[in-house]
Amino acid sequence: MFVTKDGKEVFIVDGHTHFWDGSPENQSNVHGKQFIECFYAYHTNLSPPEELWEKPRFEKYSEDDIYRDLFIDGPDDIAIIQSTYLKDFYKNGFSSIERSTTMAERHPERFIINGSFDPRDGEKALEDIHYMKETFDIQGVKMYTAEWNGDSKGWALNDPAAYKCFELCDKLGIRNIHVHKGPTIIPLSKDAFDVHDVDYAATDFQNLNWIIEHCGLPRLDDFCWIATQETNVYGGLAVALPFIHSRPRYFAEVMAELLWWVGEDKLLYGSDYAIWTPKWLVEKFWDFQIPEDISAERGGVQLTDEVKEKILGLNAAKLYDIDVATKKKQLSAAPVQIAAE
Amino acid sequence: MLAKIHKTELEAEVWDCLDRVNDPELDEPITDMGFIERIEVDQASGQVEVDFRLPTYWCSPNFAFLMGFDVRLAVNRLPWVKDTRVTLNDHCFADRVNEGVNGSRKFADVFAEYCNGGNLDRLRLTFQEKAFIRRQETVLLGLEARGFTGDDIVGMTLETLDRVAFQGQEEARQKPRYREILLARGLAAQPGDLAFVTWEGAPLTKHGLRDYLARLRGVRINMEFNGALCRGLQSTRYKEVEIGADGPTLVDFIHNRVPPRDPTQTEPRATP
Repeated sequence: MFVTKDGKEVFIVDGHTHFWDGSPENQSNVHGKQFIECFYAYHTNLSPPEELWEKPRFEKYSEDDIYRDLFIDGPDDIAIIQSTYLKDFYKNGFSSIERSTTMAERHPERFIINGSFDPRDGEKALEDIHYMKETFDIQGVKMYTAEWNGDSKGWALNDPAAYKCFELCDKLGIRNIHVHKGPTIIPLSKDAFDVHDVDYAATDFQNLNWIIEHCGLPRLDDFCWIATQETNVYGGLAVALPFIHSRPRYFAEVMAELLWWVGEDKLLYGSDYAIWTPKWLVEKFWDFQIPEDISAERGGVQLTDEVKEKILGLNAAKLYDIDVATKKKQLSAAPVQIAAE
Repeated sequence: MLAKIHKTELEAEVWDCLDRVNDPELDEPITDMGFIERIEVDQASGQVEVDFRLPTYWCSPNFAFLMGFDVRLAVNRLPWVKDTRVTLNDHCFADRVNEGVNGSRKFADVFAEYCNGGNLDRLRLTFQEKAFIRRQETVLLGLEARGFTGDDIVGMTLETLDRVAFQGQEEARQKPRYREILLARGLAAQPGDLAFVTWEGAPLTKHGLRDYLARLRGVRINMEFNGALCRGLQSTRYKEVEIGADGPTLVDFIHNRVPPRDPTQTEPRATP
């Protein structure tokens, strides 16, 4: 629970977090080593100095760490944990649904754990979806289109094999499809950050919600265009949000575009934990205002308290059928527990 | 001694010519971005070696290839250079990029299975357009800040623009770069030609100026995202954090975190 300086309680759903194991023991090869090093560079690059972690902790943090960082030190009420396997890089998967579920067993009321699948696995991908629905009753999945799989260095949401998987998701009621849109590698003859496959998939699967993490940055204009056309496309603020510290004016420009085009009802807060911790992100976000001159270029859009509450929790609560009043009551009956030192 | 000084001068010449090679995606000189890791000149043979590293292991290989190719082209143009070998280090496709950049095989052949039959020429043109947009936006906003009206701007000739002196560092830096790309593209040639047209060559209109600027801003927001991340990731790659008595600090990789690949070959940058 986040409490503002004037005592207002704000319900926080962290839409994008991980419980990963990127430690050397779990790395299969140099790619696994380079993958977590790249994440670590994001962490060291965009965090305020006092929020920096040492590398061994960053590579593999404990169950106590995540609980403390999100709910005790941090203001999150609920955290959505995303699964990402990267099977070519990590022996037991980078962040597997099994490991995350075991972690969450101590505090099930605070976690929503999403699954993942790779359409290039064909029949096995469909089996994976059934397994995750039956075993973990998942409501959502995380798609990582840049994942390597043998000779393939990536895939698109509108590949025929992917459509088979989404058809099954639709049938089983797995409605929230979180899509990582960042640098993809192929085809190499194209600018490497294409988001147009979202347009096809969102049009063809109207029952599914498409949450585009990182708002398609650095394809913000394309993303905005698609999200404006498609009522079922949402933007996740993970990665965009930390710019609030290092480049506040730039962050304001991004928010002005998003509010103008996509709108306050379709944006979701995400800390991207453990790349960043939620405490400083939420505090800075609550205090943030879009400067006049930037707002004026986009019809006077502004981050009012009401808009911030939607972005920080209410929008995600709708997507995940969380009744905020009931949830608040449940959480206050099971307050955050501070482990004995 | 004399030979040593001369060698340093030649290395400085190589650095100078690399100042004009841009990261195609960011439209920033690769030397400013800190990508160049090592330059080695062999006076006797006229051979030059250039090593470069990118902000991450995962940076797109097509950008890496374009940069490596441009480096080799630029250095080979120096009159005393016989040949240049360019090496990309610590990258997921380093071997293939190096093979393509230093050999005679085309990018599309080296990466045939990942290219879907396309080539890099169209991509290069896309990047040129973005560079044009970013440079132009900076100049336009600079003019507005100086008090020029929409009428002034849409009717401004190259001659008039040339006479404008900017105070702001970024506007002053981008003005000659904008002019260069404008002329190279054939969008203006004579002093009386319009200084501001679209990439397609259409004149700007006063009533369309705000919408046009909004479009330019959209492109710049994307480029700035990449640029900010690339600069940041470049500056923190190979660095780690230590938590001491005074809190966490970044520890430079020089402190034995990442040993140089071959210490005998590593020389500090010769500053001109």
